[in-house]
Amino acid sequence: MSRLNPTFEQLQGCKALIPFITAGHPKAEWTVAIMHALVEAGADVIELGIPFSDPMADGEVIQLSSEQAIANGVGLKDVLLLVQLFRERNSTTPIVLMGYLNPVECFGYAEFVDQAKNAGVDAVLLVDSPVEESAHLLSLLKAADMEQIFLVAPTTTDERTKHITAHAGGFLYYVALKGVTGSADLDAESVNVDIQKIKNQTTLPVAVGFGVKDAASAVAVAKQADAVVIGSALVKKLGQCENESDATRAAKPIRTALNSL
Amino acid sequence: MKYADFPDDRGHFGDFGGIFASETLMHCLQELKQAYKKFKTDETFQAQFKKDLADYVGRPSPLYLAERLTQKVGGANIWLKREDLNHTGAHKINNTVGQILLAKAMGKKRIIAETGAGQHGVATATVAARLGLECVVYMGEVDIARQAINVFRMKLLGAEVRSVSSGSKTLKDALNEAMRDWVTNVDDTFYIIGTVAGPEPYPEMVRDFNAVIGQEVKKQSAEKMGGLPDALVACVGGGSNAMGLFHDFLDDASVAIYGVEAGGHGVETGEHAASITAGKVGVLHGNRTYVMSDDDGQITETHSISAGLDYPGVGPEHAFLNHTGRAQYVTINDDEALDAFHTLTKIEGILPALESSHAVAYGMKLARNLPKGANIVVNLSGRGDKDVHTIAAIEGVTV
Repeated sequence: MSRLNPTFEQLQGCKALIPFITAGHPKAEWTVAIMHALVEAGADVIELGIPFSDPMADGEVIQLSSEQAIANGVGLKDVLLLVQLFRERNSTTPIVLMGYLNPVECFGYAEFVDQAKNAGVDAVLLVDSPVEESAHLLSLLKAADMEQIFLVAPTTTDERTKHITAHAGGFLYYVALKGVTGSADLDAESVNVDIQKIKNQTTLPVAVGFGVKDAASAVAVAKQADAVVIGSALVKKLGQCENESDATRAAKPIRTALNSL
Repeated sequence: MKYADFPDDRGHFGDFGGIFASETLMHCLQELKQAYKKFKTDETFQAQFKKDLADYVGRPSPLYLAERLTQKVGGANIWLKREDLNHTGAHKINNTVGQILLAKAMGKKRIIAETGAGQHGVATATVAARLGLECVVYMGEVDIARQAINVFRMKLLGAEVRSVSSGSKTLKDALNEAMRDWVTNVDDTFYIIGTVAGPEPYPEMVRDFNAVIGQEVKKQSAEKMGGLPDALVACVGGGSNAMGLFHDFLDDASVAIYGVEAGGHGVETGEHAASITAGKVGVLHGNRTYVMSDDDGQITETHSISAGLDYPGVGPEHAFLNHTGRAQYVTINDDEALDAFHTLTKIEGILPALESSHAVAYGMKLARNLPKGANIVVNLSGRGDKDVHTIAAIEGVTV
């Protein structure tokens, strides 16, 4: 059993907060400390980005964080090591690895699932691996009691949502806007309508992300959702930090967003 | 199963191809697939496409026997398929003429494209101008510098050229940026991909729109050679001119097929763009294919003298043809391509594009090893006018 289900069960109507950070950004040796700081600040789940050279679905902030992490020498095997180090002091907070398929292709699917399991990863979200192309990975993850998280977008038809929920585990990640991560102009009203439609079709928790910038936008889109993902805004702040304690402090203000939910 | 029957209904060529796209794009890719499926067999659509190819592009393009080149090499006959004589100077217009008809039929108002050498950008800006549609072309900063003339041509045609400064600042990054635009403007925008890569249905669609090249060659060979050619040669970056030439011959087992990748400074130096020869299986830009990547799965920077071949992936159908052995993939280095450029220019009076010069160079190698009377068709996919500044700079000439 992954750590995701108990985490969402314990919420009992509260909204979960899911920060996204890129592993190895801004410095590889800060990542584990930042993860712990995020948990202390109230993160319920952590999304850890696997650096990739060609992040097609990401906006400039996360692209640059990925380039920085790669320059710091962080690849998928290092990401798994960072999770393992995090688990030395935290055995309860679910970790979702988020990224693109090519690093996993290079690693080898079976090898990846095996090592991710051992490191303490709970779920995987691969942006460019839709349900249609995920049969093999899904079967490996299921066998290891891990989940594959899938995206649902404003352009996803009801029929596709049904198809996706039939395969998805953990939670559904609702993409709040047509665009890349960190874009502006969230239409909270339509987000809430869409999420309600999704929730009519599934018992899985729904997280909402892409374009959540601050406490205000988090509150606006979280009416119907079970969880809110904050990525670019946090990654941008972390990128401006000059030392590790600044970075862990930068993780704290998310508590404000959490408390106001 | 015949080669002509690929891809399957999920866009797979064996283990390659597919639809590795983010969720936001899935619906519009499926819409595009349905629309293309409908228009592929729609007589009115096909008739309009054929008419545009004839009256606007100037097809059929000649199949020309390069007699002095053949004599110089002293082996098989070298025939050139003159795609350089098409409107805008390359094969790229075949595909853009087809895709813009589809865009119009689907009611899309805005066109986006990515370009490397600028040929696809020009071909897209051209058809957008003809139909009065807004057009945005993404191009890497590095490519903008080395293809200044094509950038200006696109602007003259009314397109907006957006410089891409992320990553390696070349074709792959332009593609990423175009994808980001598409995901943001998915309702009214049609993305004209310029090569046989990308998610389903692009590899099939771009191939089909270019397949006229091979269809004409088959007819012209029957007339001029009295049968099928012995070998086909084409350069492969993403591989659209090559798939266009190869497709109609895939099930003709007697015809040998050669795809020529960019060897850059030499495959052994690591500075090249030979994805099939030296890459590994991976996923990039929506499909599973051979990609140039490091052990962590990061896409590596490529090098080629020709911007159009400077791409770290390759169309999934080429990956499949390599895997099955139906086609052989070889490399030609920068200096060999440059030599071929000069040879063809001097003894045939034809300036080939640097991309096509790779095919000419391998065609000459191959001709040497085949008997007199055998027939090789080399796809002269584009003209070299756009490259004269690059060549002058390499050779230290001030133009």
